[in-house]
Amino acid sequence: MKEMFTRPEKYSLYWKQFIRELNNFGWGSLGIVALTSVFMGAVITIQTIYNLVNPLVPMTAVGIVARDSIILEFSPTMMSLVLAGKIGSSIASEIGTMRVSEQIDALEIMGINSSAYLVLPKIFAAIFIFPFVVIISMFLGIFGGWVAGTAAGVISSTDYIMGIQDSFVPFNITFAIIKTLTFAYLITTVSAYQGYYTGGGALEVGQSSTNAVVYSSILILIFDYVLTQLILT
Amino acid sequence: MIELKNISKGFNGRSILSNVSTSFEKGHVNLVIGGSGSGKTVMMKCMVGLVEVDSGEIIYDGKQFSGLSRKERKPFRQEIGMVFQGGALFDSLNVEQNVMFPLSMFTNQTLEEKLERVNFCLRRVNLVNSNKLSPSELSGGMKKRVAIARAIATKPDYLFCDEPNSGLDPRTSIVIDNLLKEITEEYNITTIMNTHDMNSVLEVGDKILFLHQGKKWWEGTVEDILRTENQELNDFIFASKLAKGIKKH
Repeated sequence: MKEMFTRPEKYSLYWKQFIRELNNFGWGSLGIVALTSVFMGAVITIQTIYNLVNPLVPMTAVGIVARDSIILEFSPTMMSLVLAGKIGSSIASEIGTMRVSEQIDALEIMGINSSAYLVLPKIFAAIFIFPFVVIISMFLGIFGGWVAGTAAGVISSTDYIMGIQDSFVPFNITFAIIKTLTFAYLITTVSAYQGYYTGGGALEVGQSSTNAVVYSSILILIFDYVLTQLILT
Repeated sequence: MIELKNISKGFNGRSILSNVSTSFEKGHVNLVIGGSGSGKTVMMKCMVGLVEVDSGEIIYDGKQFSGLSRKERKPFRQEIGMVFQGGALFDSLNVEQNVMFPLSMFTNQTLEEKLERVNFCLRRVNLVNSNKLSPSELSGGMKKRVAIARAIATKPDYLFCDEPNSGLDPRTSIVIDNLLKEITEEYNITTIMNTHDMNSVLEVGDKILFLHQGKKWWEGTVEDILRTENQELNDFIFASKLAKGIKKH
């Protein structure tokens, strides 16, 4: 870790790596994030309506529940779990393959700090781009809920839109971003560590990739609880 | 010149290299030969600083290399080129970008200057019109040639080659051997090559070091090899009937 945070040999090449990772992590993840967000938003809305049996509870509550579930938990945590699967395994297998095919040794021979060159741009790119991805996920989740609810005819568009505007707490967004930044750091560091210390061959690269996803996911769940406990209570 | 003084290295209590002392001359192709597990690769990794020696000294042209920190080794790094067994080309970069990589990292040359050097190095290894190919599109021999071009891009003083012929057909092996020999003499580089390939031993080896069970078992020239009575070396070099026939004549 200490070796990683050293002065780059050449900023322009690190910048190029950073841009490449931004593209991979952001643009490359948008499809799966959009698909998951829309459907999860739809499911949350339909299930909330299904469970809303008390006629005294206004239908606008559906919008409130969908919005808060999506902003507080679904977008930051569930999306991070999805990204741990997609990006975490990709980081571990990329770096792991570089390790077993001696590409990391080649970097070291050239006098390049391989851990800094390979890992640092990934950490910064994830920390930078994940909040945008999660905010997009929030919008798409809420949109998915609106589409599903109105298309099925179980909630009017007015009720849903009034609900998502009702008693909105802006701090929830801040909280979601704090969680996202923490998860971005966890996913990239854990996965890069697993990849960097891969030994052996193709089989071990696969194991590192699996470990990266499993450990990142477990840490995301633990930190989700810890942060919620620390910040919201 | 690179000197090794009594270097030893072990892993988990098992000795891999034991008190190896030798020197490798400038402008010569120095071959390190030995069976699998004899310690050739570990010795090379010690020499380039990928693995730290347990004891002993590694000296580059009179300057101490072993025991230095990463920062202190930086000036040496840019003088070292290495050709790995599998080429170790960066998968995400094409041929041109691979060769240009060390130039981009360590020089302030303009793109035109870098391209000129890249094209020169690629021409030198007989690879033209391959600039935009990715490593996955290259044959084994082409990968080795790109790796050599990358290794010489920064005009190193020391060139290390870890089994550059492995996995290549005999004709391509000879091409790679001759290329390394020519480059060594042309640029007056200290070249150290690990090999199993007996053609290399007989064709390009100026000096030969034979490792056996992690120890320096024998060293000499090609002429010496043909006359040696060293049993282990003869068993290794002249293992086939054909080779035994050559030895007799």
